[in-house]
Amino acid sequence: MKKVKQIRVSKPFDLLSEELVFIILDLISPNSSDLKSFSLTCKWFYQLESKHRRSLKPLRSDYLPRILTRYRNTTDLDLTFCPRVTDYALSVVGCLCGPTLHSLDLSRSGSFSAAGLLRLAVKCVNLVEIDLSNATEMRDADAAVVAEARSLERLKLGRCKMLTDMGIGCIAVGCKKLNMVSLKWCVGVGDLGVGLLAVKCKDIRTLDLSYLPITGKCLHDILKLQHLEELLLEGCFGVDDDSLKSLRHDCKSLKKLDASSCQNLTHKGLTSLLSGAACLQRLDLAHCSSVISLDFASSLKKVSALQSIGLDGCSVTPDGLKAIGTLCNSLKEVSLSKCVSVTDEGLSSLVMKLKDLRKLDITCCRKLSGVSITQIANSCPLLVSLKMESCSLVSREAFWLIGQKCRLLEELDLTDNEIDDEGLKSISSCLSLSSLKLGICLNITDKGLSYIGMGCSNLRELDLYRSVGITDVGISTIAQGCIHLETINISYCQDITDKSLVSLSKCSLLQTFESRGCPNITSQGLAAIAVRCKRLAKVDLKKCPSINDSGLLALAHFSQNLKQINVSDTAVTEVGLLSLANIGCLQNIAVVISSGLSPSGVAAALLGCGGLRKAKLHASLRSLLPLSLIHHLEARGCAFLWKDNTLQAELDPKYWKQQLEEIVP
Amino acid sequence: METEDDLCHNNWGSSSSKSREPGSSDGGNQTFAGFTSQQKWEDASILDYEMGVEPTLQVFDEMKASGQANVDFLQGVRAQAWDPRTMLSNLSFMEQKIHQLQDLVHLLVGRGGQVQGRQDELAAQQQQLITTDLTSIIIQLISTAGSLLPSVKHNMSTAPGPYTGQPGSALFPYAREANNVASQSQNNNNCGGQEFDLPKPVVVDERESHVVEEHEMKDEDDAEEGENLPPGSYEILQLEKEEILAPHTHFCTICGKGFKRDANLRMHMRGHGDEYKTAAALAKPNKESVPGSEPMLIKRYSCPFLGCKRNKEHKKFQPLKTILCVKNHYKRTHCDKSFTCSRCHTKKFSVIADLKTHEKHCGKNKWLCSCGTTFSRKDKLFGHIALFQGHTPAIPLEETKTSASTSAQRGSSEGGNNNQGMVGFNLGSASNANQETAQPGMTDGKISFEEPFSPMNFDTCNFGGFHEFPRLMFDDSESSFQMLIANACGFSPRNVGESVSDTSL
Repeated sequence: MKKVKQIRVSKPFDLLSEELVFIILDLISPNSSDLKSFSLTCKWFYQLESKHRRSLKPLRSDYLPRILTRYRNTTDLDLTFCPRVTDYALSVVGCLCGPTLHSLDLSRSGSFSAAGLLRLAVKCVNLVEIDLSNATEMRDADAAVVAEARSLERLKLGRCKMLTDMGIGCIAVGCKKLNMVSLKWCVGVGDLGVGLLAVKCKDIRTLDLSYLPITGKCLHDILKLQHLEELLLEGCFGVDDDSLKSLRHDCKSLKKLDASSCQNLTHKGLTSLLSGAACLQRLDLAHCSSVISLDFASSLKKVSALQSIGLDGCSVTPDGLKAIGTLCNSLKEVSLSKCVSVTDEGLSSLVMKLKDLRKLDITCCRKLSGVSITQIANSCPLLVSLKMESCSLVSREAFWLIGQKCRLLEELDLTDNEIDDEGLKSISSCLSLSSLKLGICLNITDKGLSYIGMGCSNLRELDLYRSVGITDVGISTIAQGCIHLETINISYCQDITDKSLVSLSKCSLLQTFESRGCPNITSQGLAAIAVRCKRLAKVDLKKCPSINDSGLLALAHFSQNLKQINVSDTAVTEVGLLSLANIGCLQNIAVVISSGLSPSGVAAALLGCGGLRKAKLHASLRSLLPLSLIHHLEARGCAFLWKDNTLQAELDPKYWKQQLEEIVP
Repeated sequence: METEDDLCHNNWGSSSSKSREPGSSDGGNQTFAGFTSQQKWEDASILDYEMGVEPTLQVFDEMKASGQANVDFLQGVRAQAWDPRTMLSNLSFMEQKIHQLQDLVHLLVGRGGQVQGRQDELAAQQQQLITTDLTSIIIQLISTAGSLLPSVKHNMSTAPGPYTGQPGSALFPYAREANNVASQSQNNNNCGGQEFDLPKPVVVDERESHVVEEHEMKDEDDAEEGENLPPGSYEILQLEKEEILAPHTHFCTICGKGFKRDANLRMHMRGHGDEYKTAAALAKPNKESVPGSEPMLIKRYSCPFLGCKRNKEHKKFQPLKTILCVKNHYKRTHCDKSFTCSRCHTKKFSVIADLKTHEKHCGKNKWLCSCGTTFSRKDKLFGHIALFQGHTPAIPLEETKTSASTSAQRGSSEGGNNNQGMVGFNLGSASNANQETAQPGMTDGKISFEEPFSPMNFDTCNFGGFHEFPRLMFDDSESSFQMLIANACGFSPRNVGESVSDTSL
């Protein structure tokens, strides 16, 4: 009987060709658990799945030999979860992947050396992309080894602080095909290295030179690159007007220029920098030292096709903004966050000209009132993203207009605003809204939230941080209406109870759940979420005193995707912590509990969580834990943070906000 | 420059003087008096002074002799541009000459006491001899000082002499003027019987050519390229290989000692007897035919190596200017490089002067290219690499060693401390600086490995796997398991050496 059944079952599979199964696998591959159950169906499926998979993100480098033997066709290997990748592991990768490997991410890994990289470079001849960011110990000799990977096209060396021009020179000569290079924070690299890179690698499209001690000298070579599209010069203090004076270029390919935080760049230097970049689309001038005045705006004459401009943290004049609007009227994205000097007049005259505006960021522009919001709503009907955190002078009526006019809104940040239920009702007509932030909105209640729950069925992210008017009723309407919810923050909404959590457990796609400072939620509610929200990756339960070990046991059992958890100031003991060791991919753990934790229990829990990268513990444990254990864990890639905070009594929300406003001038 | 030189040779002593002073009995003093009262004759040029001092043909010949000796001497000077050693040898040479002169005067004084009232003729001869020597010393002094400051040579060449009252730049035009005057006077007043020395213009011209040759020494080829002498306008001499390579070319007929320069030989000969001390014996031998003869052909030299561009058979023959050029060219191009730098032991030279020049700078060039070329400046290296395909910056080997040792050192210091403060310090940084904090932690892990893990009893584990790094092949089951343990315990094969060294602490 059993045999017959088996034959019957295997027969339909025989009809399936490999290609067909691969197409099916392509469709289900976003969900890793589905793939897992697929591969466990039968040996044939197991083999097919191993043949099909191209990208791998292993949790431990120790598993590399086995998983790479299983997945022979791996082209993309992401080792960001493995803090410790030894030369041995790299040679394993080199031997097992060989020429099939195309991209490798070592940006979060350490403890490999030139020897391992050399094996990799020699064995993986088709390696196209490698991310070596944060290899702070990397020296020129190691860079010279990287240069052996001749086919390399994309190279990231962020924060490789020991590298100098010599190492970059080796790479420039060795890897001729490079088209994307990131040298962000490589503070040892100067004009000569970068200049040589521009001379030798003619195919460069993207070049990140942020925070490098370069001057305008090397830009003469860089802007001669025929294919250069993106140039990032963030925080290059050496780039000044003098060194750019003689710059004449014709870099038609340049599409994106980031000159943010270039303190010594004024409109003169910018004019020569932009002189030949006629096709520039994106320009970032955030934290620019000079005032964005009429003069400054005139340097944008040559780049009238500009689509995005970033002026965050700049001091702007109304004239300057008006001129920008006139010169670059095809702008689609404008960022003015933290521009405290922006006035209603300036912003109104800017947005009036920008009919095509899609994204606007006016975070912390505290002088703005309802006038400019009305102007925005009236002149920018295509607006997709509006971030207006802390625009507290904006009147309630203005929000009503936003909802009425900007129906295409997808992202709306109304943190710390005066919006009320009427405003929410109007905003609920933005059907494609996916991210809504209503933190510190003290005027909203369940009624307003229920409009959102009913209207915005595409909502993925909802932030209700300290919006104290919200209770279980509001959350349940959201949970019912917004089944695609992935991120929710109900921190310090003190009226929230387990009921909300039970209703939220319907949102099976939930990944991030933050309920800091909710005294009424218990382990039962947490268990409900744990059981049904399988994708849960980030949980913040800080200052939830009713959460105890039983909640963590449920999490440990059901939430196998959990990466980050904060159980500080809860009733959790070492039993709960030890159970967390069951979660394979747990990376960050914060357990700042002053009493009730035995050192040996914590030690066992820490040892059990093999993939731990960050542990935040109470300072008193530091002397209790054996030093050798701490060293051992640190060697494994775990960083410790010792906190000595005593639990403070929660303040009244209104008083809290008042206090906040006193701090902010 | 060449033509002027030529001109000078032609005019060698063939001028006349208009304001000639009669030869006084006190020639030597007269000379200096003439020097100091030089302004008087500013228009009449230096010639007048010189001619005033040397009235007779005999004097002229003597002067010429010393002048020639001087020329050789100067060639020695210019061979190596400014070099303290050369300067020293020049100075000692002069010192030697002064001593010789002093001895001579002593002798004369002594003899004068013995034979008083002898013929005036003899006295005059003695005076002339002294004058000649003195003049040659002065000339050497001036030219030596002139070589001190190559860049401002023309200006400074006046400084050491008694001409300091005169603007420095005036001297150079003077020389030409002097030549012109000389040639004019040759036409006007072709008095064959009375010929006068022109030491001053000669000296100046020699110095001029000195400048040129100095360039030539620096980069011989370029200087030659620009010369463009029409073929046939010069006389080609070709020395034999043995002649070029011979350490000495002039030999003493009496004792057989060899000398590089004829002048030195003649100086040496004086020690063999009084007959060699006469002016005629000290004169440069092959210059006797000069006075009044037809314009001399410029001499150029050919390299004896067949097929060399410097060989006269070559299609694009480019002659060498002086014998010294020939010697250096032949050694550099056609000889083994037998002198090795004692510092880097890689660079080799065939000319010892080149070696000395290199040794002065060797070790200062720390910017290295993969082709072996070194640069004293980083930007020069990068310019070189940008220019040549396939050349890469070479990273010195020490760097890798130092990096290993520094990390070991740091590790040992932290391990030695073994207090929690250090760890806390590492972790006290921003939380997103995860990687950075993880790095020091690893070294800690290595070091403290000897200590047993008290709660876990980890020390019972067997770390057999960590020597296996070079052996890459592994079976899935066994060695990977070993590796798991090795990795889990924070012990990587790479670090074995370090941790071993740490245990000794």
